[in-house]
Amino acid sequence: MGACGAVNLTIRVNGQTHQITSDPDTPLIYVLRDELQLKGTKLGCGLEQCGACAVLVGGKTVLSCVSAVETFEGQDITTIEGIEATEVGRRVQDAFVKATAAQCGYCTAGLVVAATALLTETPNPDREATLAALAPHLCRCGSHPRVLRAVTRAASG
Amino acid sequence: MSLVDPSLLCNWIIFRDGRLQIQSGKVDIGQRISTALVQIVHEELTIPYSQIDVAPVRTGQSPDEGITSGSNSIEQSGHAIRCAAATLRCALIAVAARQTGTEPQDWHVEHGSLCLPATNHRIPIADLAAYLDPSTVVDPNVVFRVVDSENGPGPGMRGMAELVNGSFTFVHDLEMPGMQHARAIRPPNVNARLRSDETALEKWLEKDQRLIRDGSFLAITGPKEWPVVRAAGRLAAACNWDMCDGLPEIDVFSKLTAETAIRMPVVDSTPSNGSLPEPLLNPTAMARYERPYQLHGALGPSAALAEWNGVVLKIFCHSQGIYPLRDSIADSLGLDPSHVVITHVFGAGCYGHNGADDAAFEAALIAMQTPGVPILLKWTREDEHRWEPFAPAMAVELAAQIKVGKIGAYSAEVFSDTHRGRPRPGPDRAGPGKLLANRFRADPVGPPTAQPNLARHGGMHRNLDPIYDIPRKQFVKNLVTGLPHRTSAMRCLGAALNIFGLESFMDELALQSGIEPTAFRRAHLSDSRALAVLDELDRQVSRLPALTAQCGRGQAYAQYKNQMTRVGVSVDLAVDDHGRVRLLHAVIVADAGRVVDFEGLKAQLEGGFVQAASWALYEQVHWDRDGIVSKDWDSYPVIRFDNIPKIDVTVMNRGHEKSVGAGEASPGPTIAAIANAIFDATGLRMRRMPFTPDMILTRAIED
Ligand code: FES
Ligand code: FES
Repeated sequence: MGACGAVNLTIRVNGQTHQITSDPDTPLIYVLRDELQLKGTKLGCGLEQCGACAVLVGGKTVLSCVSAVETFEGQDITTIEGIEATEVGRRVQDAFVKATAAQCGYCTAGLVVAATALLTETPNPDREATLAALAPHLCRCGSHPRVLRAVTRAASG
Repeated sequence: MSLVDPSLLCNWIIFRDGRLQIQSGKVDIGQRISTALVQIVHEELTIPYSQIDVAPVRTGQSPDEGITSGSNSIEQSGHAIRCAAATLRCALIAVAARQTGTEPQDWHVEHGSLCLPATNHRIPIADLAAYLDPSTVVDPNVVFRVVDSENGPGPGMRGMAELVNGSFTFVHDLEMPGMQHARAIRPPNVNARLRSDETALEKWLEKDQRLIRDGSFLAITGPKEWPVVRAAGRLAAACNWDMCDGLPEIDVFSKLTAETAIRMPVVDSTPSNGSLPEPLLNPTAMARYERPYQLHGALGPSAALAEWNGVVLKIFCHSQGIYPLRDSIADSLGLDPSHVVITHVFGAGCYGHNGADDAAFEAALIAMQTPGVPILLKWTREDEHRWEPFAPAMAVELAAQIKVGKIGAYSAEVFSDTHRGRPRPGPDRAGPGKLLANRFRADPVGPPTAQPNLARHGGMHRNLDPIYDIPRKQFVKNLVTGLPHRTSAMRCLGAALNIFGLESFMDELALQSGIEPTAFRRAHLSDSRALAVLDELDRQVSRLPALTAQCGRGQAYAQYKNQMTRVGVSVDLAVDDHGRVRLLHAVIVADAGRVVDFEGLKAQLEGGFVQAASWALYEQVHWDRDGIVSKDWDSYPVIRFDNIPKIDVTVMNRGHEKSVGAGEASPGPTIAAIANAIFDATGLRMRRMPFTPDMILTRAIED
């Protein structure tokens, strides 16, 4: 029970409905990680600057580190743990593995999510469109070239 | 070297439940060392990748291999593991030969079994392992198997499948029964001290939360993460700090001089106590190159989990040196080192000494006050930006005398604060003194006074000595202390600036002499492998599209530490009217000797390029009297996808040469190639990083 008292809040994550007990002002990522034990989503900044915390909401990339869970009430959220539910998601995962599109991998969850959103909307993006879609995401290990290769592979695969 | 002690085979390789387990003291920091070790063992023993594990790296269990840094993992741990695996193969063949009354040389390994050709003798290696004499010692002169590592798929990066489905565990994801979350409340700057008393602060705590204080080190713990973050924010606003002197608002470059420095001549890349050389007489050219303070800036802020049970302190963290850290923490807390057990867990890529060790100690400090309660401390983005040890600001002054198109004499003098901020035991409690929180405790320790690094190619003088054939060369290092910020090791250490300087200077000298820069480099190189790298670079570059208006091409070459990977880099870029640089195409050619993990090596070279491009174009720490101003990715911008060029990497495999590390080989030449390309595009010579639009426009006005 949160400090703000009993609130009945429901969100849908990876196809499952959850009654949330965290305070309604809790940023979504803390609910995912702390309450639902979905720890694949990473916190990199908590300031909507790095893209590490991206999830899909209604198929679009949304950063989960600032917006309160209450703003997601009734929405369909997909985290990295649920990305394999769609054909595009599986293709992206497979392409990331084949292209070894990570070094430390801290950025990977956010990038897999963003690439899935991109390819769902635009099955064959050109390089410019891909760069624009991924620009909100930082990678400090310099895996960018491999991530771009993975996206190309997933698009054509 | 890693092999000297311990050298018992069972310290490096053991069998557990029919699976082979590698025990290495090197930690995986995103450089794929564990993938490479699996590959090496597979090459020597042919055991399938799926049956090889890499043991967690833990004090008291793993070999003490010091610190994972300097691109040494492959050379040190890789070599040790290769020797161990080959020793194991020979020892088991001896056992099999003895048991069957055959000759050892008749046996060979195949698919993880020992085989005797033309017979049906096939003995799985794992089955024979039980017959191994436990006192078998690793033979450092053992003969390795000859394999072509380009053949067949490698083991694939360990953890990759888990990373794409969110099941890979980082230290941030650890969970333990009864665990509490923690955040530290930081002072505005390193000199500030806490005035508030606990009672004034405790009213900001929420249910089940606790305040932990030791002097001016302040932290909050609680069972749920978000309420802890929320309360930490309120506490930070409520704290009353005595700002003391604040931070000195100086132009650090004006302080990077010989005036107050410890000056030493550097001979054969090693600092000496001899007399300082006289400045070069009538040099043909002189130039000074500079780099500001820069961040490691890990994508995931540092974190650690610690638990104190009244006797043993257990720590899980992403430190690159768990043994030196253990000893430093034990000393800080008055514990016996054997009562501190540190296990390495994955963190975000660190590129050197970032906040990992400090976070580990802070988690421990908190856990000591909450016996029986595991504490997971996470740094915030702002913590990481403002409190990690920075890469020191540096300057290098170069001078050369040119005679008939060749460098006759050359001098280089480098200026920097220390690159050695890692906690490790030493005189004057150097270990505790280098742990951030110790400065703020009621009984403060540190910071220790920096001492010059005397190692060959150590610290600031790494790659100060050009790889080129030059008849007369002289070098000086200047350790400048008393500067405003804590500094430590970051990828490449001094080599990033030194190679940026040297390779820019080579272009300047070439153009001044009316010689094409690559031809000028070749004229000073006799190493055939270096020349082969440059030939290959030429070949690759000749296939690139022609440059258009406002575009430029720049190149650079370096051999890391003058003895490791050779790398040539070529960059095509465009500079617009606002001074914005857009990277178009990069070509990297490298020779790292025998290649173990092709993909890993390419990833390191590409990653090094991207990080260096970020340093070159964007990164600089800013501060004012109140504190560090660069506190997030807006105030400290870095490279993003929208400026990633197409990158082609070619690795020349030299099957018979020693494997050398490549993790730090590409950044130096990358920075120089970018600077040279900017010159090619604009005629502006950029000698201070980062080459931001502001800096480029300022340079244009100066010219
Ligand atoms: S953690 Fe959300 S954008 Fe960085
Ligand atoms: S792989 Fe390390 S941050 Fe992207």
